[in-house]
Amino acid sequence: MEALTNRVKEVNRKPMTFMERLYIPNILKGMAITFSHMFKKQPTIRYPEKKREFSPVFRGLQVLNRDEQGRERCTACGLCAVACPAEAITMEAAERLNGEENLYREEKYAAKYEINMLRCIFCGLCEEACPKEAIFLSETFAPADYSRKGFIYGKEELLIPNPLTDPEGFAKAKGPSRSN
Amino acid sequence: MTLLSLDMLLVLEKLVLIVIIVFASLGIALYTTFAERKVAAILQDRPGPERAGPFGLFQPLADGLKLIMKEEIIPTSSSKALFILGPGLAMTAALMTCAVIPWGSTVHLFGREIDLQIADINIGILYVFGVVSLGVYGIMIGGWASNNKFSLMAALRGASQAISYELAMGIALIALLMTTNTLSLREIVNQQMAPGHLWNIAYQPLGFLLFFICAMAECNRTPFDLPEAENELNFGYHQEYSSMKLGFYLFSEYINMIMSSAVMASLYFGGFDIPFFDENVLPQNIAALVGVGALLIKIVIFIFIFMWIRWTIPRFRYDQLMNLGWKSLIPLALANMLATGAWILYFG
Repeated sequence: MEALTNRVKEVNRKPMTFMERLYIPNILKGMAITFSHMFKKQPTIRYPEKKREFSPVFRGLQVLNRDEQGRERCTACGLCAVACPAEAITMEAAERLNGEENLYREEKYAAKYEINMLRCIFCGLCEEACPKEAIFLSETFAPADYSRKGFIYGKEELLIPNPLTDPEGFAKAKGPSRSN
Repeated sequence: MTLLSLDMLLVLEKLVLIVIIVFASLGIALYTTFAERKVAAILQDRPGPERAGPFGLFQPLADGLKLIMKEEIIPTSSSKALFILGPGLAMTAALMTCAVIPWGSTVHLFGREIDLQIADINIGILYVFGVVSLGVYGIMIGGWASNNKFSLMAALRGASQAISYELAMGIALIALLMTTNTLSLREIVNQQMAPGHLWNIAYQPLGFLLFFICAMAECNRTPFDLPEAENELNFGYHQEYSSMKLGFYLFSEYINMIMSSAVMASLYFGGFDIPFFDENVLPQNIAALVGVGALLIKIVIFIFIFMWIRWTIPRFRYDQLMNLGWKSLIPLALANMLATGAWILYFG
């Protein structure tokens, strides 16, 4: 029958020669290969002393963004909650009062904003859906906890540090290689 | 002083030797488990245990502690006395071989000449064979007393493998004994050390190869480890064992490995002899200690080769194993014996 592909490799079906039937030369060849592995570099990374580098598009923990004057960007529009396939985001909106212009950008803000980390699948659809560039996925991941309640992250854990009161924290949380 | 017509100092000297040698063997076996994991890791491009103490050196202590702390489960449908006897037999047989191995030449202490060997009996190597055969009982009893079909199958395979390879080992040994004319291990080592003689590996290379392969089979070491096959026979004959009894089985395998290495080093590689070096230039005690060190280095090299082979070759199927033992190794051993006999006859 004609071969169906041009990458055919002919299998060697000859009966074993005497040297092959002894097994010993082949075993010695195998032993030489394993011996050479002793001197190769090991790809192991000794966590937690050294950590692996993440790529810039790595999808880690969510971060709620602020603008340069330190005002929260999130307006509790709910698009991220609708976009989330795991229904992990919940929020409650509130109206900005007269003395709070330096805290929030627009008249509507999120009084309560919770992401349930046990439901979140880190897909990044909330980041794509947000019209105000308020939520980003950073390069850390959620640490372990002993109870389920500890995994419902509220605004305190998610908000980025204020650039006016804590500029280094803000710069660190912004991350090294973001273009915006 | 003599009491009950026994030289009490001799008894004391032997007791001290026994304590030192047995505890040293147990300690070496403990760190052999660690070395196994490290060697396996290095051959597989990974670091191995590193966190328990500096360079992971406390790992075997952690393993031992874990095994002691586990729950002792004795299945109710097993025969209890035999269940507990199995690991004990395996461990006893493994440790008893250390009695006739010459660990060094003589030291001169407290005005007495002390041989660094517990018992220099004149049937040394035959005693080793007898005791190693007793080790098979440990496997059989363990597998049978578990009242578990898989363990029984594994024990059957283990026992048949052990007795098949003992034959080839014995015949290969006969060829060696024809050249040495003595069964005592110390005499064999002394002959190799004598000037004008080479190590027995030069006189019996094929015999050494056969002995090595059979020793691997006797220790249930890959590629012959079907009795304790982890992924085929549901963990083999020590499936039902937990805690320290399992520890004894696993440990006895390592002690067997060490004792086989020591026997091979004594028979074929000159025992406590240092190559190309005349020990008479050193004072007697120092020469003896250096000899012990040389024997330990040879044992370590053999253990490394055992582990190296383990992590290179997949295990043999049962029929391949039996074919190898009966149809390949025994004819080869017989041929070796005949050739040695002919050589001795014609060349003296």
